Amino acid sequence: MIRLTLRQFRTQAVVALGALLVVAVLLAITGPTVVHLAAESAVTKFPGPYLSLHEALSFVLLAIPALIGIFWGAPLVARELETGTFRLAWTQSVTRTRWLAVKLAVLGVSSMVVAGLFSLMVTWWSGPIDRVKLNLFDSAWFGARGITPIGYALFAFALGVTAGVAICRVQPAIVTTLVAFIFARVAVTLWVRPHFLAPVHTSFALTSPMVGIGVVNNAAGATLSASASIPNDWVYSAQIVSKTGHALIPQAVQNAIPDLGAAGGAHAQGVGQEFQTQFQTGIAKLSTTYHVLVTYQPGSRYWAFQGLETTLFIALALALFGVCFWWVRGRVS
Amino acid sequence: MTVVLRARGLGKRYGRRWALQDCNFQIPAGKVVGLVGPNGAGKTTLLQLAVGLLAPTAGTIEVLGGRPAKTPAQLGRVGFVAQETPTYAALSIEDHLHMGAWLNPGWDAELAEHRIERLGLDLSRKAGRLSGGERAQLALTLAIAKRPDLLLLDEPVAGLDPLARREFLQGLMEVVAEHGVSVVLSSHLVADLERVCDYLVVLVASRVRVAGEVETLLASHHRLVGPRRDLATLSADQEVIEESHTERQSTLLVRTDEPILDPAWSVGEVTLEDLVLAYMGRQGQAERVQGSKLEVVR
Repeated sequence: MIRLTLRQFRTQAVVALGALLVVAVLLAITGPTVVHLAAESAVTKFPGPYLSLHEALSFVLLAIPALIGIFWGAPLVARELETGTFRLAWTQSVTRTRWLAVKLAVLGVSSMVVAGLFSLMVTWWSGPIDRVKLNLFDSAWFGARGITPIGYALFAFALGVTAGVAICRVQPAIVTTLVAFIFARVAVTLWVRPHFLAPVHTSFALTSPMVGIGVVNNAAGATLSASASIPNDWVYSAQIVSKTGHALIPQAVQNAIPDLGAAGGAHAQGVGQEFQTQFQTGIAKLSTTYHVLVTYQPGSRYWAFQGLETTLFIALALALFGVCFWWVRGRVS
Repeated sequence: MTVVLRARGLGKRYGRRWALQDCNFQIPAGKVVGLVGPNGAGKTTLLQLAVGLLAPTAGTIEVLGGRPAKTPAQLGRVGFVAQETPTYAALSIEDHLHMGAWLNPGWDAELAEHRIERLGLDLSRKAGRLSGGERAQLALTLAIAKRPDLLLLDEPVAGLDPLARREFLQGLMEVVAEHGVSVVLSSHLVADLERVCDYLVVLVASRVRVAGEVETLLASHHRLVGPRRDLATLSADQEVIEESHTERQSTLLVRTDEPILDPAWSVGEVTLEDLVLAYMGRQGQAERVQGSKLEVVR
């Protein structure tokens, strides 16, 4: 059964290996230059093509699991059902449970290997640029580095197979796979990942270099808001609160910086010297009562999050495999 | 008598429609069985139940003493050629033979290669480029090279031209002669089956109408022609399968195991085709009668 699976998988495998090879050669040629430029701390002077390649690689890495789901997962069983060849396959001296088990094992492992190798190459090549330019914990990049693509790939593959088994036709299965995969990725990023581990709360002084204070104009008048940028950390929120935990009172802001409303909501740095001084003094005054409470995941948890996200997607994939077995075993053709 | 296939109260339902209902019959070993019936009668359903591609909704089906597709060994004992003889279009004939060898412990590589060679097919040709007849031959080769005890063929010649049809059936008969395999093949054309079958199962509107040895069936069915008369006056052992009347004359097709003694009848032989059509027609009549009754009720 393994040999038949490999034979039927041959074309797709050759395409994937070819793509891996092309990328490997490209990265092997350009990689040393990236390392060299980074060593000379000249990252800001990276030539444009390198930065474009850096972005393109991340994009491709995000797309690879979806491609695996579409081209490996969806047709795996759906094509057999669509063309009727399942009647040939399932009447050989191999039970269909085993038939499916071997197919899922061979292609599932291949999906993880391809995505893993790809991610390894991209993570290595992009490393020097990432370290200066990006916060990898950020949602936009989290799924395009490290081990998460392995989990995504297996999940997308499982999703494709399941859609194929359920729908019995290749093209609708492909569309369904794509939509469901994007939905799952977005849903986990927005609603699940933030809850993997309880975030850490830390207080910073209003004057701390880690926090930025901005002006917000709303119906109630002008007030202040805080933002925090801590390198490599994933910041959920930054709030200005009093020592007793109460939110900033507009009246307090008015008292400290009387001209704030008049500044028309323009950013503090953008206006006159006089206001600038008043703003700085006001902030200093407010900081005796108020501080910035930052809720965040420390950068040291990056790999824990990578592991949890990957585990989650692998678990989802295994659950989908279970559905496939149940369906194929009892299927009504 | 060894039984290759035994159905007890067998039924299969799709949604609310019964594709097969209340099937009770058995097929002895060593026969070439024709499974005949109009399109949609349930032939495909019956064969797919026998090979385990479908599971019954009601009753049981036992093939070679086991439950279909239960174990690899059971799967290996039954060869199956599905309707429209599906093959992998992108794989070559050689790949298909490899597949047979990889998936079947009892694979007879010599038999398979010999057959392909005799058919004059190039091993490197892709299955997708074969003609319908060639593809059917490839599917048959795959099914017999696993050396099954029972071979099931679902409308194998339906899409073939007369020449390919004859060649296919000839090939099938050679296999039967050489390996003594039991065969069940379905068709909606009696003419296809007449030449090769020695056992007949007639399936009409999801039920088995008649099953038996062709010889016995032919010997026990007679065409009677005589002056018009009331059918109630027939002797009790004579079952009327088909009747037609003119003003003066009645023509009947009856089933009886007793000799026809009534001198008023002139007794004629029936062909297999007459017999099958009579059973199919009887169903039609029954439905028509039912239909008119329903109209009256309304």
